[in-house]
Amino acid sequence: MYAVRLPPDADEAAFREAARGCLAAVLAPRDVAFVPPDAPSLFPPPPAVEALPEIAVPRAYAELLHDAICHRAADRFALLYDVLWRIVQGARGLAANPADPAVARLAGYAHAVRRDIHKMHAFLRFRPCERDGRSVSVAWFEPQHYVLRRAAPFFVDRFAGMDWLIATPTGTAAWHDCVLRFGPPVEKPPQAADAVLDELWLAYYRATFNPARLRLAAMRSEMPRHFWATMPETTQIPAMVAEAGRRVAAMRAAAPDPPPRFAQAVAAQGAAVGMQRPDVPPATAVPPGPSLDALRAEIAACRRCPLHGPATQAVCGTGPKHAAVVLVGEQPGDQEDLAGAPFVGPAGQLLDRALAEAGLDRGALYLTNAVKHFKYEPRGKRRLHKTPNAAEVTACRWWLDRELAALTPRLVVALGATAATALAGRPVSVLRERGPVRFGTRPGYVTVHPSYLLRLPEAARQAEAYAAFVADLRRIRDLAAA
Amino acid sequence: MPRTLLQKLEILADAAKYDASCASSGGTRRTSRSGGLGSTDGMGLCHAYTPDGRCVSLLKILLTNFCRYDCAYCVSRRSSTVERARFSVDEVVRLTLDLYRRNCIEGLFLSSGIARSEDDTMADLVRVAKTLRTAHGFRGYIHLKTIPGASAALLTEAGRWADRLSLNVELPSDASLAAYAPEKSAGRIKAGLATTRTLIEDAATARRRGPGVIGKAPPPRFAPAGQSTQIIVGADRADDLTILGTATSLYASYALKRVYYAAFSPTGHPSAGLPQAATPLVREHRLYQADWLLRFYGFALPELAAAAPAGMLDSAIDPKLAWALAERGRFPVDVNRAPRELLLRVPGLGVRAVERILVARRSGGLRLADVARLSGGGVTRARPFIVTADWRPTALLDEAHLRRRLAPAPRPVQLDLFG
Repeated sequence: MYAVRLPPDADEAAFREAARGCLAAVLAPRDVAFVPPDAPSLFPPPPAVEALPEIAVPRAYAELLHDAICHRAADRFALLYDVLWRIVQGARGLAANPADPAVARLAGYAHAVRRDIHKMHAFLRFRPCERDGRSVSVAWFEPQHYVLRRAAPFFVDRFAGMDWLIATPTGTAAWHDCVLRFGPPVEKPPQAADAVLDELWLAYYRATFNPARLRLAAMRSEMPRHFWATMPETTQIPAMVAEAGRRVAAMRAAAPDPPPRFAQAVAAQGAAVGMQRPDVPPATAVPPGPSLDALRAEIAACRRCPLHGPATQAVCGTGPKHAAVVLVGEQPGDQEDLAGAPFVGPAGQLLDRALAEAGLDRGALYLTNAVKHFKYEPRGKRRLHKTPNAAEVTACRWWLDRELAALTPRLVVALGATAATALAGRPVSVLRERGPVRFGTRPGYVTVHPSYLLRLPEAARQAEAYAAFVADLRRIRDLAAA
Repeated sequence: MPRTLLQKLEILADAAKYDASCASSGGTRRTSRSGGLGSTDGMGLCHAYTPDGRCVSLLKILLTNFCRYDCAYCVSRRSSTVERARFSVDEVVRLTLDLYRRNCIEGLFLSSGIARSEDDTMADLVRVAKTLRTAHGFRGYIHLKTIPGASAALLTEAGRWADRLSLNVELPSDASLAAYAPEKSAGRIKAGLATTRTLIEDAATARRRGPGVIGKAPPPRFAPAGQSTQIIVGADRADDLTILGTATSLYASYALKRVYYAAFSPTGHPSAGLPQAATPLVREHRLYQADWLLRFYGFALPELAAAAPAGMLDSAIDPKLAWALAERGRFPVDVNRAPRELLLRVPGLGVRAVERILVARRSGGLRLADVARLSGGGVTRARPFIVTADWRPTALLDEAHLRRRLAPAPRPVQLDLFG
């Protein structure tokens, strides 16, 4: 049995050197005792070796060592050496196996150390002090483990422009003239009075507490009591808890508020400037031969089917009132729903390209959809398009009819089956009826929806279908011009 | 008599505390090593916890609690008799910097009553954030509330200075909102969320577009920590499934980082027609658990619905256990063979425990004691649902018995402080 001397705050380098000495002397873990430098021990130091071996350890071990070494538990060195020994003996994957009891224990230590670093970042409070004519922010903090060196860089990142000193029972860290220095422990510095910490911060802590939600166990598990001594706000906790019951009882007993004097004045003022819900339909019915603007306001407030619920907004048609051609799509998609305008998403961009190739000016067309709200199925962070059913198409036909009545098109184009069905008032197959048709008394035209082109799997078929779509648009241009 | 800064802080922090959002996570890495004050590392930090168990991360205040709106659930509604106050832009800036330098906060969460117009209010919020960033080089976290109906130009500027933007939908259905918040409009709230999502995505696309010209600054970031929203639970009659359905739509539609569920809580300034008692906190807790199952455990809403008769989640047991009890035919699951998706469905096994099991089982067959070590306390709940090298649940117990065994015994209200 040999005694290896390591100070309680030994860092990785010190442990590595000690461990390499033990490995060089081929000392099994049961033959090694790690003891503090000043502790009496009957065991001799390990036999000296000529040159320490270079030992490459797996990354998982290096990571475990990095954190677990800072733990204050007395057996951490022995556990670290035990795992290292077995790795060197050939169990290379050992440090990554959380089911090994020694590794599990060290992983627990590592976790506790990371948590202690985290809590030090969170719970440390700086008090501004005057020192040698300079303003220095001073903090006293009592971490659970040897984490000062690990925690200090965070404060450099955050407060690089300030001078500060962090004092702990095991040492100090000082940031001065942009240099970080670690020093031996000092006396606990006196607490300088500070109006911000002692008044404003305490007041904020009291005010942000909701007495109706007392959950002390949750508070204590996240903010263990041993940290309270250096957190000024926690001195108020007993009083806050004691008063909570009374405050809640008073809230329960409170009668509903009579409106204050200014409430009526504000309400009157609001009514005067027309403060009203914009999606409430105007009280008056839209006059016959409705203007497009009036129609848009009505469509925005539509509740004729449930699709308005999950959608952002109704997407109305856009384009000049006297457009010769009206293009009717199926329904707005994800992008259209966000923007509130038709054909702005991927299908819209494809349509733009095809229109340009066919020599049609998008600005001269009126574009709209058979259904005005986006029907979708939520799937994680995306919305999957769902085809509207017959009831929804029928409900929305009310708006399509009124839209067409407000326009004077020479040709109404259905893009896809949903639009064709809505316009014809009967089920339409795009494959069978593609080309010129009549929608009631109106001359019409049936072609595919541009999103159909996007869904085709093969590039060759896509190109073919796109060419046919452009050919349709050319015929539409000619029919409208005739 | 003009109020002191301390009085204003008391009033305007009290008014802001009903917003559940406290996260300071997400966003970019910044430090003060090249100047300025503050840092963010994307992880967020809780600087203290209050006796309500919630963390204090940001200085959460209103700029003013004067408000023209009369939303029944809100303590600051215009008909409330609550004391009113208003911070100046400089007061908020100074408070934020002072508390930040003492390491009390991660940054600022700023909201406001709508005292004048929507645009005026939004412009004031933007001015605070801009002053912190440009005049003081503040690199801490800023969360701004956006005001429904504010112009897209102001939203664009807000996102330039803030890490996170949020806009609360407040109530789970349009009908509830119309009944309880007469001046608010669900359409305007959703349009605001849609605009913010579009701005976030446009900024991300612009920055992705290959390496920029040398010497030319990249396009500005927009709210790098994304946007969030909040739903108040228990003010109206909406059941849990309605709330989760709304949340699911919101997540899918607006690229939200979080939907917060805030149990309705009395304010001391009750409004006629609203419950006087607080919504039980366990309801809020179960909603968060269900939200997690939907987002990280591969559950779909209809599956949770099967274990939530009458639209309400079981308050005695967590929603995963409730689902597993209803679907006992799918168990037991062999922890040494089952794929990740199946392990995630075992009650008591969280995402981290499952990851650890997947790593550990590569080194050999796991026993029940190994699972216990890897899953923390979760193994008690997991035991009836798993098979290990040395464990097999003999006969799956009948549901009533299992429930009794696994549901925690109802505890008396805990009031001790120093236990």
